[in-house]
Amino acid sequence: MINMTARSLISHCGRIAWKDLTELFRNRLGLILLIVMPLFMMVMVGFIYPSGNTSISNMPVGLINQDSGYNNSTLPSQAFISGLYQINTQTNMLKIHNETSVASLKTDIQNGVVDGGIIIPSNFSTCVMCGQQGTLTIMTDQSNPTISEELQGALSGVFNEMSTLLAEHNVQILSPSNVTANNSLAVVQPYSVKTEGVVSGSASYFSFIAPGMVMLTVMMSVMTGLPVAISQEREVGTMDGMMVAPINRLSIILGKALGQTGRGLIQGVIVMALALGLFGVVIHGSWLLVVALLLLGVFSFVGLGIVLTSLAKDQETAQMMMITLMFPMPFLSGVMFPLQQMPWYMQDIAKFLPLTYAADAMRKVMVLGAGIPAISTDLIILIAFGIVMIAIAVPLFRRMMTR
Amino acid sequence: MLQTQNSDSIIEVKNLTKKFGDFTAVDNISFDVKKGEIFGLLGPNGAGKSTTLRVLSTLARPSKGTASIGGYDIVKEDTEVRKLIGLVSEKMIMYNRLTAKENLWFFGSLFNIPKDELNKRIEDLLELVELTKWKNSQVGTFSTGMRQRMNVVRALLNLPQVLFLDEPTLGLDPQSSVEIREFIRKLNKENGTTVILTTHMMVDADLLCDRIAIVDHGKIVALDTSPNLKKMINGENSAIIKLDIPNLSPDLLAKLQALDCADAVSQESPTELKVHVHGNEAFDTIIDSIRKNGGKISSMENLQPTLEDVFLHITGHQVRDAATEKIPMEQHRHFGQAPNRIR
Repeated sequence: MINMTARSLISHCGRIAWKDLTELFRNRLGLILLIVMPLFMMVMVGFIYPSGNTSISNMPVGLINQDSGYNNSTLPSQAFISGLYQINTQTNMLKIHNETSVASLKTDIQNGVVDGGIIIPSNFSTCVMCGQQGTLTIMTDQSNPTISEELQGALSGVFNEMSTLLAEHNVQILSPSNVTANNSLAVVQPYSVKTEGVVSGSASYFSFIAPGMVMLTVMMSVMTGLPVAISQEREVGTMDGMMVAPINRLSIILGKALGQTGRGLIQGVIVMALALGLFGVVIHGSWLLVVALLLLGVFSFVGLGIVLTSLAKDQETAQMMMITLMFPMPFLSGVMFPLQQMPWYMQDIAKFLPLTYAADAMRKVMVLGAGIPAISTDLIILIAFGIVMIAIAVPLFRRMMTR
Repeated sequence: MLQTQNSDSIIEVKNLTKKFGDFTAVDNISFDVKKGEIFGLLGPNGAGKSTTLRVLSTLARPSKGTASIGGYDIVKEDTEVRKLIGLVSEKMIMYNRLTAKENLWFFGSLFNIPKDELNKRIEDLLELVELTKWKNSQVGTFSTGMRQRMNVVRALLNLPQVLFLDEPTLGLDPQSSVEIREFIRKLNKENGTTVILTTHMMVDADLLCDRIAIVDHGKIVALDTSPNLKKMINGENSAIIKLDIPNLSPDLLAKLQALDCADAVSQESPTELKVHVHGNEAFDTIIDSIRKNGGKISSMENLQPTLEDVFLHITGHQVRDAATEKIPMEQHRHFGQAPNRIR
C-alpha cells in the first residue's frame, strides 16, 4: 500500500516534470535565452572585474620637466626621463606627452587628452646631487578612480625599477670590491616575496566566480522559478486540472520542482561548459563531487522555493519576490566578490544564506580540488537547511492548496 | 462510506457556506442532485455558482456545512470524490505548447489508468469531438471552439460519474454553443453521466437542464424544473404582458408602477413596456389606468414567460444587468440598479 503510494507519487511527479520540460523545449526563444543569459552573466561579471595581471598599455600621460638643474647640470632629471622612455619602450605602458606647464597639464586632464601627469620639480637635480631624495609628483584624474589607481601603479613600477637600478649602481660605486652585479640586488632589497597557490597555475577571476555562478543558476531555478511556474499555472487555471485528479498534493509541487531542477541543471551545465570552454576555468576536484554538490544545492533550496510558492498568491507577487531575492543573493553570498571584502555586518548576513555555503563548497572543490572532508561543514549546513525548510514548507503548501 | 440517504441522489449538499474573509460567496445552501440528472445553477456572475462548483469539486474547502458525492464526503474523502468527478472549468485547462494528444495523455496519466486503456480512451474522445485530425498539433493553434471541445473531453478521461461544467458556453459562437450543448446531452443520455453546470445563459439552462437552481447573492432562491419555474409567474393568478404605447411618458410609467396589481414594470424600448401582473382584474386595471392617463395602446401581448422573467420575478433584478461585467470571484460584487428597472 505504502509502496503503491510512493510509486504513484514518483510517477506523477515524473509526469509533471516531463510536461514542464516539454513545454520548455517547445519554447524556442526561451531556450535561446536559457543559453544567452548565463553567457551574458559570465561575460559581464568576468570582464567588469578583470583578473590581477591586466597590463595597461599606451595610457596617455603628460610629462613636465621643471628641473632648473644643479651647477647648470640637469643630469638626474635627464637620466630619469631617458630611463622612463627606456622602460616604456619595453612595456608600452604609457604614451608620454610633453607638457609645458602645470596649468596646461590640468586642462589636458580635464579635457581627457591625458589620464594623468608626471611633474619633475625645479629642485629635482639639486636634491639628488646633494644627497637628498628626489621627489616627483604624479597628478591624477580624480574623476576616474580606477585609472588614477592604475596610473599610480604603473608609475610606481617604473620608479621602483629605476630606484633599484640607481641603488644597485650606487652600491657598486660604494664598495666595488665585494659586491658584484649579481648580488647587488640583495644588498638593496634583501627581502622579496613569491606567491604560490595550492594548485599549480594562476587563478583568474573567472575561476573565482564560475563555481558560485553555477551554483547560483541551479539554485535560483528552484527557489524563484518554482513560485513563478506554480503561480502561473494557478492563474491560467491549469493547476485546477491537476488538483481535481486523485493525486497526492505533494507530487504536484515535487513534480514542478523536478521540472525546474531540470531546467536549472541544464543552465548550470551551460554555465559550466562556458566557464571551461571559453574562459579557461579548470576543475581541479572530482567531477562527481561537483555534480553531487549541484544536487545538494537543489535539495537545500527546494524547501525555500516551496515556502515562497505558498506565500506568493499571484504571478505578480511571485515575480517581485524573484527579483527581490535574485538581486542581492549573488553579492551577499560571496558569489561575485570574496566575503572577506565585505564589512562585518554583511558577512554576518551572508552566514544565514545557504548559497554562501554552497558557493564556498563548490569553489573549494573546483578551484582547490578539495575532497569531502574539507567541505564537510558546508555539507552539513546545506543538508540541515534543506531538511528544516522542507519541514516548514510541506504543511504550508498543503494549507495553501486547500483554501 | 456507504450512501446514507436517498439512493438515487448522487450529490447531497447540506447547509454549505463558503466565505472569503467577510464576504459570503455561498450562503447556507442545500440541494440534492439525482443520478443521471442534468442540474443547472443559474444566476448572474458573482452569485456564487462557480464557488459552489469549486467546493463540490474539492478545489475549495467549505467554511461550513457538508456535501457528499457518490456517498463520499468532499472534505474527508476528497481523493475518492476526485476519482468520480470531471471538471470543465471556465478557464481552459490545457497547455498551449503541448499537442492535443499530449495534453490528454498528461492529464490521463494522473488517474493511474493503464497505458493501453488510456491510449484507447484518448483516441475515442478525440474522435468523438472530431479532433483526431489535429491530435498532433499544439493546442495553442486551435480555435476557441476546438479548445472548448478539448477542454470538455479532458474532463472525461476518467469516465466520471459526475461532470461539473462551469459556464461551458461562455465566449462561444452560437454554432459552438449548440455543439457543446448537444455533446453534453449525448453524454448524459448514453453514459448516464450526472451533469451539474453553471451558467448565466438562460438558453443553456432552459434547453439543457432537468432541474434548475436559481442562485442569487449566494443563496438558492428557487429550485425546480424549467416548466415549473415558469408556472410561478404564469399560473392562475399572474401573467406577463407586453404593451406598446406610442406616447409613453415618465408620468404614465410612475402611475403604472404604483398600481397594486403590477409586480414589476420594465421598459424594453422607448415605447414598449413589460409588466408582471397578478390578480383577476389585472388586465382591466392596467388598460383603464393607461387610458385614464391619456396613454394610447397600439398593441398588447400576453407573453410566455422565459427564465429571465422568472429570475426577474424572484429577485427583482435581471440576470443580464449583473452579468454584463465579469467580477472576480473573491471580490465583493456590487449590483448596480438595473437601468431599465422601474419598480
